[in-house]
Amino acid sequence: MNLHEYQAKQLLGERGVNVPTGAVCATAAEARSFAEKAFAGGARLTVVKSQIHAGGRGKGTFKNGFQGGVKVCKTPQETEEKAASMLGQVLVTKQTGSDGRLVSKLLVEAARDIKKEFYVAVLLDRATSRPVFMASIEGGVDIEEVAEHHPEKILKESIDPAVGLMPYQSRKMAAALGLRGEMMTQASKLFAGLYKTWWDCDAAMIEINPLAIMIEPDGREVLVAVDAKMSLDDNALYRHPKIQAMRDLAEEADLEIEASKFNLSYIKLDGSIACLVNGAGLAMATMDIIQHYGGNPANFLDVGGGASREQVTAAFKIILSDPNVRGILVNIFGGIMQCDIIAKGIVDAVRETGLKLPLVVRLEGNNVELGKQILRESGLTIISGDTMADAAQKVVNAVRNVSPSAN
Amino acid sequence: MAILVTPQTRVLVQGITGSFGARHTQLSLAYGTLVVAGVTPGKGGQVFEGKVPIFDTVSEAMQQTGATASAVFVPPPFAADAILEGVDAGLDLVICITEGIPVNDMVKVRRAMEGKKTRLIGPNCPGIVTPGLGLDSHGGCRIGISPGYIHKQGNIGVVSRSGTLTYEAVWQLTSRGVGQSTCVGIGGDPVNGTSHLDVIKLFNEDPETEGIILIGEIGGSAEEEAAAWIKANCRKPVAGFIAGATAPPGRRMGHAGAIVSGGSGTASAKIAAFRDAGIGIAATPSEMADTLLQLMKRA
Repeated sequence: MNLHEYQAKQLLGERGVNVPTGAVCATAAEARSFAEKAFAGGARLTVVKSQIHAGGRGKGTFKNGFQGGVKVCKTPQETEEKAASMLGQVLVTKQTGSDGRLVSKLLVEAARDIKKEFYVAVLLDRATSRPVFMASIEGGVDIEEVAEHHPEKILKESIDPAVGLMPYQSRKMAAALGLRGEMMTQASKLFAGLYKTWWDCDAAMIEINPLAIMIEPDGREVLVAVDAKMSLDDNALYRHPKIQAMRDLAEEADLEIEASKFNLSYIKLDGSIACLVNGAGLAMATMDIIQHYGGNPANFLDVGGGASREQVTAAFKIILSDPNVRGILVNIFGGIMQCDIIAKGIVDAVRETGLKLPLVVRLEGNNVELGKQILRESGLTIISGDTMADAAQKVVNAVRNVSPSAN
Repeated sequence: MAILVTPQTRVLVQGITGSFGARHTQLSLAYGTLVVAGVTPGKGGQVFEGKVPIFDTVSEAMQQTGATASAVFVPPPFAADAILEGVDAGLDLVICITEGIPVNDMVKVRRAMEGKKTRLIGPNCPGIVTPGLGLDSHGGCRIGISPGYIHKQGNIGVVSRSGTLTYEAVWQLTSRGVGQSTCVGIGGDPVNGTSHLDVIKLFNEDPETEGIILIGEIGGSAEEEAAAWIKANCRKPVAGFIAGATAPPGRRMGHAGAIVSGGSGTASAKIAAFRDAGIGIAATPSEMADTLLQLMKRA
């Protein structure tokens, strides 16, 4: 699960990470009201930030033509105007795809002059099975590019989970970033809060980019998490009811939400051949083999080890809700399950959904002959595939032979 | 010989009275596996299916039955505790089937297991099968949830992160009359106990294993690490397949560990590492067995 920037900053702020003063606004009037207070309190600038689960907001474009999902403003009036241009509009960035995302909330913050920017993140290092800090003097830029072209500019600090982040490790990172004196003290406090947030909340990753030295109106320098991105370990959500309540269904695809109600793991893709498979590895491999034979998978769909009749019917309904789908490939390795029971589930689902598209079914495992017989004798036009390769070729051909207008 | 378990391995099941654990314990017993004990706290003294004694603790079960390996079927919030109970009792092998364990629980488990003799397989895995000599490989050691009957005793080692994709490879082999030494599902989570490389090393040392099928998927770099070792050290032919070439970046594909993030963990990088190591690459998942058999013919 992903969080919005304002949610991540709330969790970080509660654990000692210095975040900018700000307010979550759903109307332009709220944005103005916050800005008036901020300017009265000495701020010279505000920043208005669209809250969507995608990066590249600053360089994004709204569908109404307004440029930029993050804007710096000089007056309460301008803050209100910029907020009005963003709220209720659809923002398209390099990460949203062409559909874009509806902006229904803004984070409005008091901005300061930035002296220097850094990058810092905490994530799981899979190679060591331990948390790792990553930090860089190259802040505010695309860290993947830094990693590719200047790996020497990224420092890593592995954390022993038995003791957590030790203060000496924070000082070591601060020193490497050139943060000395008072800045080292601030950095140590911020890194400690960052690690505490990561561990306490069961985060998968927290990225602060940029982490910045800002200049207060009185000339003081402060280290601030200017932007924050946070994703959570779904397996651990059960022990964080408060974080679960932060889930924003508007940021998730409708079909994926529907699928999750039936314990189906579904991810929509752009192709025309839907697949329904048991097991994540086999489901990925089924998508791959469709592409190998010249087709394009419309989705990833793992019905899990059980694949009950209800699940199979729900899966068919979800698949058929995707208007791009021109054919379906069912690939079930019925190891423990009986293929005849799966076959009955498929026949029921086809009848219930009134399926008209070509359907290729590949069954393997227990009672496979009986299963195939049930499909044959159902009176439905179900194409049988013997192996994964055979089934994939058959569905690719079937889709090729159906003109899009016929659907 | 096989690796990790043999038909003589004495097995206990943690979570034997849950519906999932009970079902698969019945299947293992029917396969001929020596399931000698169950553990469910609070149900010590009861007997499972009239033949398997249930204990309150793993150490009692071990002491009284001589079990050396365990299958963990307990629900995710309690799985880390169950694994470490098996480690504390001194089991040789703990195989955790449970899916959905919080990653940080596994980070702690791995840290706590450092320096201990127990090997952990999984979590979120189908388990392990060393096929037997009977009809449909009956009489083997089946720990976990794999269908036993698809196996056949023989000389190919199979290691994979995915359950059903393992069954696919095993079935391709068995359908061609080729048997397996041991099949190991290491699980689809980002933090697990045993890596591809750990299993490859065991297969390399196992005199009964003559060829290896290595099945990987997107995410992490475990396949690359295995490939580098194979290139320098492995004396046996290896065929491989990587699932997830068509997976979009940044999305978890069912398995918690199957994600391409920040441009790393891609299928193409893993396939390139396989090619560089001389691993035979199955162009499609339908060709896993044939790719290995052709390599072995040439060798």
